[in-house]
Amino acid sequence: MSAYPSPTSLLEPTAVAQEQLLEISMGPQHPSTHGVFRMNVILDGERVVKLKPVFGYLHRNHEKIAENETYLGSMPYTDRLDYLCSITNNWAYAIAVEKLAGIQVPERAEYLRVITGELTRLQNHASLLGFLLQDMGSSGTPLMYAFREREKILDLFEALTGARMMCNYMRFGGCRVDMPAGWLDQARQVVADFPKFLDEYEKLLVGNEILMERTQGVGVLSKELAINAGMSGPMARASGVSYDIRKVDKYSIYERFAFRVPLGSHGDVYDRYMMRFLEMRESLKILNEAMRDIPGGPIVDPKTKVRNFRPKPGEAYGRIESPKGELGFYLISDGGSNPYRYRVRPPSLINLTVLEDLCLGQNVADVVAILGSVDIVLGEVDR
Amino acid sequence: MVGNGILKGLTETARNFLGSYVKKDRLTTVQYPEERLPQIENTRDFPFLIYDGPDWHAGMRCVACQICEKECPPKCIFIDKSKDKKPDAVGKPQAYPAVFNIDISVCMSCQICVEVCPFDAIKMDVVYDLPTDDRFGGLLLDKKKLAKSNEYYHQIHPTEAAAVDGALAEERAKADAKVKAAAEAKAAAPATPPPAAPKPAAPAQPVGGDPQ
Repeated sequence: MSAYPSPTSLLEPTAVAQEQLLEISMGPQHPSTHGVFRMNVILDGERVVKLKPVFGYLHRNHEKIAENETYLGSMPYTDRLDYLCSITNNWAYAIAVEKLAGIQVPERAEYLRVITGELTRLQNHASLLGFLLQDMGSSGTPLMYAFREREKILDLFEALTGARMMCNYMRFGGCRVDMPAGWLDQARQVVADFPKFLDEYEKLLVGNEILMERTQGVGVLSKELAINAGMSGPMARASGVSYDIRKVDKYSIYERFAFRVPLGSHGDVYDRYMMRFLEMRESLKILNEAMRDIPGGPIVDPKTKVRNFRPKPGEAYGRIESPKGELGFYLISDGGSNPYRYRVRPPSLINLTVLEDLCLGQNVADVVAILGSVDIVLGEVDR
Repeated sequence: MVGNGILKGLTETARNFLGSYVKKDRLTTVQYPEERLPQIENTRDFPFLIYDGPDWHAGMRCVACQICEKECPPKCIFIDKSKDKKPDAVGKPQAYPAVFNIDISVCMSCQICVEVCPFDAIKMDVVYDLPTDDRFGGLLLDKKKLAKSNEYYHQIHPTEAAAVDGALAEERAKADAKVKAAAEAKAAAPATPPPAAPKPAAPAQPVGGDPQ
């Protein structure tokens, strides 16, 4: 026996080691984890027997910063929650503050919000499908096709708001800037071309046998669990839960548009994948109607001040159907220039809570596909 | 037949591949440094300070009111108000920023400073080539580096700049009319000495709200 014990003998024998299980750490720098997200996965052979998500690597203290910031000053920070859909984040926060202060939004601003919000949904779903297929090994091609389309929408955002991703577009009581000349025609063109891309994209992989083998019956989320765990957005609807806040709350002007809420029946990865296609088609309907009907008029409530904005003491919860699910902001005002309490209900985080239930008994390679189909952005999960 | 879906998908890929030789919308790649896309007009990245006239120091519109410093969400603006006053572009004595620094390593390009500025003195730039090997000094822009002419502003954001100039001219005309009316009232009153030579033009008054 040598003077130094071997390193392995220093390790305590754990229960895991005794059962011949293997514990692996996926992430946080794993390319399939959509950011810095780690999963401690315990495997029995190839099967997952336990999965523990570890997050917080991207924690930026968003809520506390917002409590020390003016109401307007938090608006650009909301862009950075779910950095793919900054406009819907702005929208949810604006709705919360408008409820708190009792601000009316002019008609044209509501239309602008719907148009930009639905464009955001289109680009979020398109890029999500690309990411998901990329995760499942279809490297590059579908992602690049999706990004080609997303780029056109980002160009629209840049022409309207000045930034591609960190738009900082909504203001309390309306929107920051009106459409520049020619923007609406450009947007109409993008929306008119989008169904062609969707058809192509569906043909590309929806009928693909390999994809169907890998996704059908994988990561099944039952309707009961979806309801009990508080799922929202496409994740819940893929499990057959008919819950769309655009229909439930009828916030903004969504009751004016004719659109349907697609529902899945199996709740597996394939249903979640198809759900995004169907939702994009419904969004296109809303966009077409909104761009046809948009009225003239002011784009911001003239009574709302930009500076020295102090809502009366009270509390408000504003929520919208963001592309990922129910995005809510809860605010308490004590009458000062910054919120007393500021809380975000992030859809990504809540949809992530069922990850272990979805992954148990699946192969380790399926974990990647399941995580991809949940649609998370770590900026929103960790805040 | 098994494999049908795969073949269908591959025809799509082939169509995109072959289409990229003939159709512009299938080949969207831009060979960046040699070839650049046209700038979109509303693009913004970092703020700059506008001056009127040829001399950047004399013509600077900023009067060091420090509103942008207070409202900036990441607090990347630092202003020191001058002790003395200097005549601004139209001759009225105004305070000016003795120090005006923007730390663009902190700035997040939200343009709230532009929205709250009552003097249209700060606007968003479009320059993105700002890499430097000095992490602290190189990214801390002082007022000399920030100062850019109104002509430059017209060049990068023509529509917006025209609107701002229009609003400023309107304000100026209003102020002029006021001065004139006051002068006339004085002249009409008997036994008063003729008013001193009127100023060439009234200074830029705060413009209500954001001209955008």
